[in-house]
Amino acid sequence: MSELTLDTPLPAIRVQRTANKVRLGPVLAVTFLFLLIIAAIAPQLFAHSDPLGIVPRDAFHPPSWEHWFGTDQSGRDIFSRVIYGTRQSLFIGLAATAIAMSIAIVLGLLGGLGGVRIDRGVGWLLEVLFAFPSLILALLFVAIFGSGIGPLIVATGLGGAPGYARMVRGQVLAVRNAGYIESAKALGHPPLRIITRQLLPNAMRPLIVTLTMGVGQAIVWASALSFLGLGARPPAPEWGTMLSMGRDFIANAWWLTFFPGLFIVLTTLSTTVAGRYLQQRLEGRLS
Amino acid sequence: MTSASLSSERPNPRRERLQQLGRRALWRLAGGILVLWAVATLTFFALRLMPGDPVLAILGGPSGNPTAETIAEATREYGLDKPLPVQYALYLGRLVQGDLGVSYSQHQPVTRVLAEQSWPTLELTFTSLALAWVLVLALTVLTAGRRRWVGTLASLAETLSAALPHFWLGILLLAVFAFGLRLFPPAGSDGWRTLVLPSFALAIPLAGFIAQVTRESLDLTLDQPFVLTARTRGLSDFKVRFKHALRHAVLPGISLSGWAIGALISGAVVIEVIFSRKGLGRQLFQAVQAQDLPLTIGISLVVAAGYVLANILVDLLYLWVDPRQQGNAS
Repeated sequence: MSELTLDTPLPAIRVQRTANKVRLGPVLAVTFLFLLIIAAIAPQLFAHSDPLGIVPRDAFHPPSWEHWFGTDQSGRDIFSRVIYGTRQSLFIGLAATAIAMSIAIVLGLLGGLGGVRIDRGVGWLLEVLFAFPSLILALLFVAIFGSGIGPLIVATGLGGAPGYARMVRGQVLAVRNAGYIESAKALGHPPLRIITRQLLPNAMRPLIVTLTMGVGQAIVWASALSFLGLGARPPAPEWGTMLSMGRDFIANAWWLTFFPGLFIVLTTLSTTVAGRYLQQRLEGRLS
Repeated sequence: MTSASLSSERPNPRRERLQQLGRRALWRLAGGILVLWAVATLTFFALRLMPGDPVLAILGGPSGNPTAETIAEATREYGLDKPLPVQYALYLGRLVQGDLGVSYSQHQPVTRVLAEQSWPTLELTFTSLALAWVLVLALTVLTAGRRRWVGTLASLAETLSAALPHFWLGILLLAVFAFGLRLFPPAGSDGWRTLVLPSFALAIPLAGFIAQVTRESLDLTLDQPFVLTARTRGLSDFKVRFKHALRHAVLPGISLSGWAIGALISGAVVIEVIFSRKGLGRQLFQAVQAQDLPLTIGISLVVAAGYVLANILVDLLYLWVDPRQQGNAS
């Protein structure tokens, strides 16, 4: 009983302390991400002109009140294009992270639970995958399956998978011998149930933060591939593709590359800041 | 008895340590060779799955328009008429002898292309890694554990630079310093002036990543008792930071450098394309697009070998900086 009275006031104090301290960085980051999601669902709320509409006499207008981010070589409004590109970029980031994580979970579970031999095999496979720098892995993949959004997503996911797999494996090893797993075993739960109900949720919890930041990284990698001409085809409003198109005009029209890139940076920055804030909150609650 | 045998077992701790490092290096090298074999195999079969006939790729792609005889001749010449396992065995056999074949698109031995293109990329990656570490050390050692706003400002700069994609940074640097101020040439790979902008484009994001980790561990290290001891011995603040705290604080950064080399090579592909630099990255990009099988495998092998070697070095460096790790090393 005495333990309870000693323990109970503590969380309350902690919550109050963190609640009082509202920091600017995380608030801005979450707001930006929120706006991005809205832009992805309903881009017409922000942008009023057609992202693909060609107006030749409006070509290469610098940023102005009418065209916030200027216009490109065909007179398309860059602000609209960036806004309409949000959906695709976010989707690519999320889907690629999901693929990376699925591969990582399979490999991590195999390595963490399969015994010494399989673990060694998985470790070796990861070493091989690591020896391919992610962009090269992605290049090879795109070379085999052709360019386009689908291969781009899978290629980005494949590039990220080895890193996550290493983390999942470590987490599975750490959680494997925990007391609650032992008691689940003692209760006679089937192994699959233990894996899905106890092992995975507990092993994955610390990875939530990594995943948040991973979406930002995936967007960067996917736009690097699009930038090389391996992703969405040119007129499409995709951030990496826009950068790639604007590259030919950097000497006299900086806004063609600046604004799509700025959105990539702001997105990664926001996922990093939000992820780190989440990490601090989670750690604070766990300790 | 135990004390006697212990002292005879360790006649020279330094030599012992070197031997241990050497054994570890050999072990890692053996693993590395296996990894290279796997890379060669994966690349070989992956490129064989590619749509399109390799013979047509050899004869100049879709615009080549070869006759039936030249196709038959090239098929024989490159051994493409044999079954796939035979081709693979022949390929591995030649690989062991150091023969990487002839590039389809450049019509010269792959080894020669590699010899020509490796140095510019090596130069670029090493300059970037060194530059990144200079930035990290300058930023973290001077600002860690200082007044609050200094740390906040510095970590803001780190977070921001870690979020910068190198291709965008490359374009911005190109627009400002090459086309705007005309300080550096916008393209090319001769002389140190062409190296400046690409190196910064690769080093700044990397420095951001390493600095975040290093700052965190430096902040922790500066609170350690041995730092206080060093200070009470009258050492200057600068000396305490560089000679005592740093050695402890760089460890996470060093282990991140192994990963960083992979990231740098990935980045080099894009950066070499942007700055029209000679190098493996741009070459690989072109080789993949031209379906140039031997060249693609050759570059993948060199890159993988470089990555494996770099990681062995990082591993050894880690053990050398932190002898405490030796117990769990083997």
